[in-house]
Amino acid sequence: MPGDFLPRTVPLRVEASSKGESMSEDAKLVVENLYKIFGPSPKRALEMVEQGYHKDDILKETGNTVGVQDANFAIRPGEIFVVMGLSGSGKSTLVRMFNRLIDPTSGTVKVDGRDITKMSKKELINMRRNDMSMVFQSFALMPHKTVLDNAAFGLEVSSVPREQRHKRAAAALESVGLGAWLNSYPHELSGGMKQRVGLARALATDPGIMLMDEAFSALDPLIRTEMQDELIALQKKDQRTVVFISHDLDEAMRIGDRIAMMEGGRVVQVGTPEEIVSNPANEYVKSFFYGVDVSQVFVAGDIATNKQVTVIQRPGVDTNAALARLREHDREYGMVVDRDGKYHGIVSASSLAKAAESGGEDRWKSAFEPDAEAVPRDKPLNEVLGMVAEARWPVPVVDEEGRYIGSISKTALLQTLDKAG
Amino acid sequence: MAFFLDDVEIPIGRYVEDVVDWIRNNLEPALDGFAGVVGFFTNNFEDFLLWVPAEVFIIAIALLSFWRVGWKFGVFAVVALLLVGVMDLWAPTMSTLALVLAASVVALIIGLPIGVAMSRNDVVAQVVRPVLDFMQTMPPFVYLIPAVIFFGLGKVPGTIATVVFAMPPAVRLTNLGIRQVSAENVEAGRAFGCTDRQLLYKVQLPLALPNIMAGINQTIMLSLSMVVIASMIGAGGLGNVVLTGIQRLNVGLGFEGGLGVVILAILLDRITQSFAPTYGSGSQRRSPLDFLKRWAGKPQQEA
Repeated sequence: MPGDFLPRTVPLRVEASSKGESMSEDAKLVVENLYKIFGPSPKRALEMVEQGYHKDDILKETGNTVGVQDANFAIRPGEIFVVMGLSGSGKSTLVRMFNRLIDPTSGTVKVDGRDITKMSKKELINMRRNDMSMVFQSFALMPHKTVLDNAAFGLEVSSVPREQRHKRAAAALESVGLGAWLNSYPHELSGGMKQRVGLARALATDPGIMLMDEAFSALDPLIRTEMQDELIALQKKDQRTVVFISHDLDEAMRIGDRIAMMEGGRVVQVGTPEEIVSNPANEYVKSFFYGVDVSQVFVAGDIATNKQVTVIQRPGVDTNAALARLREHDREYGMVVDRDGKYHGIVSASSLAKAAESGGEDRWKSAFEPDAEAVPRDKPLNEVLGMVAEARWPVPVVDEEGRYIGSISKTALLQTLDKAG
Repeated sequence: MAFFLDDVEIPIGRYVEDVVDWIRNNLEPALDGFAGVVGFFTNNFEDFLLWVPAEVFIIAIALLSFWRVGWKFGVFAVVALLLVGVMDLWAPTMSTLALVLAASVVALIIGLPIGVAMSRNDVVAQVVRPVLDFMQTMPPFVYLIPAVIFFGLGKVPGTIATVVFAMPPAVRLTNLGIRQVSAENVEAGRAFGCTDRQLLYKVQLPLALPNIMAGINQTIMLSLSMVVIASMIGAGGLGNVVLTGIQRLNVGLGFEGGLGVVILAILLDRITQSFAPTYGSGSQRRSPLDFLKRWAGKPQQEA
């Protein structure tokens, strides 16, 4: 199963087949026969689409551009639903029809069973204020407002009293780690921090649905990964329905519970990352995987497995006990940890034997293999490749506090890299 | 040299005269009302500025310059205004300043809403733009004629001619500023549930403010240049001093009047410019209170 190596931080899989997408009653957002046609005569173009004309012919004949064509799917409550496709595939248009920043040409979008395409202006504004918020690619913060007032923007617009909206905005900023920046201005923040403000602004109104339009695409790769983790951590606490636009497959696989692949205005496949990787609907979907560099997507912690023998170093347990344990499990190497789980070093059958011969008080220390360094779990895999290839033992991986969480063997590494092919 | 269409004659001048006559005969009450509003501003500003003792005025401008621009400019403002005083030009300078402020206020009251309307509707923009081009390229002296015909001689017609001449930049830059607000910021406003009015006041106008302030600055500067010309129809002030210098071929007097105008121009320009927000350099944090705290050497407290 290709899915075995996908870094899943949150087991949020909703059990159901994506095929034969049922418009289940408990869906948060249901899209049916949704079309968007830009141009002078959308009605006529719509007829032509329904008669089966290709969008290029329609453009030539009528001057209308088909933005989104017959989209049908249901988004479940609490899932991260990624809309993926190349630029121009209609993903931004599709998502903007959910809050009617763009009005659909035909079809319906139902949020909690209410058809937003039939809403009056007033109902629509209420829906935007209470049920659905948005995060933008270029952050779209207000430069004249402080971080706090930016985060409070949605509440300000719906006339929440000043004190109350500041309290809620401050809480939202706290949850994205910006509690210390309330009175700064956006220009004083880095890109990643700006987008945290954007995220806090979207969280502050406590909406059921968050639309995220390439929200992390403008950030550099390290920060992007960090923000993805942040989003997943937020989801763990407070399950919102997130619709996430991305053109980046790595991102989609990393955060998406399900992915909708778009091509030329059509939704060509909806499924879990595993389903899409293992069973791509067509060549276009398949083509997304060619460029994926697995070693950049994964970090050391993602593929570390806890299969090695660990030896707990504590008073009264000497190196002979460790040697016995290695022999018992028929292993060459053992990971030495203390009672707090902190990693200390690697011992091997031969190094333990040597240490036992030399005797002395400090037997543990002399038993450690030299150069057996551990790597932090958030180190990108491509920086670990060399170490794993050279080391005679599986490379140990530790968490932020230095605790042993597993190790990377050559076999596991090769299997992961093979998925890229 | 003969023009090849010499036989054809279209009396455009006559048509304009006809239109002017018609307006004078039929729109009298509207013209009077407008003159009343402009006169209200002009007279009150002038009365106030002539009533304020010169020392108080100088101290006020010095503090304003000190706060907004810097201590060097504060010193310059004091020296420059004292110079105006010793040239015996205090009263005409204050009249001119009053006319400039009145004309600018009226121009902005009319111009900013037109700019907003242009930004929201392409048809309005297409109609207004050529009118603005016309207003800006017509030699300013020409405005004096209808001003006299409709409103007679004096300060009020002088101010009205100035309003017409000085309004275009405010309209243009308001329109431009609002149109240049990034599409994502506007989308963000709408996505969080702004009504049209909230979008204008909470997103578009604040983000367009640097441009709008540039327009206001230009309107004020154009007013100043026009107020001098308007002295030809009796607007008075420094323009009158310059005009007298020309009529008597008195170089000294003309120069002194001109110097007064230059001093006003520098003060108005630097001070109005200092109010334009430059998002990104932190100047929006300046408030009189911060200024006093800085001045007193106390560490700035975060609110």
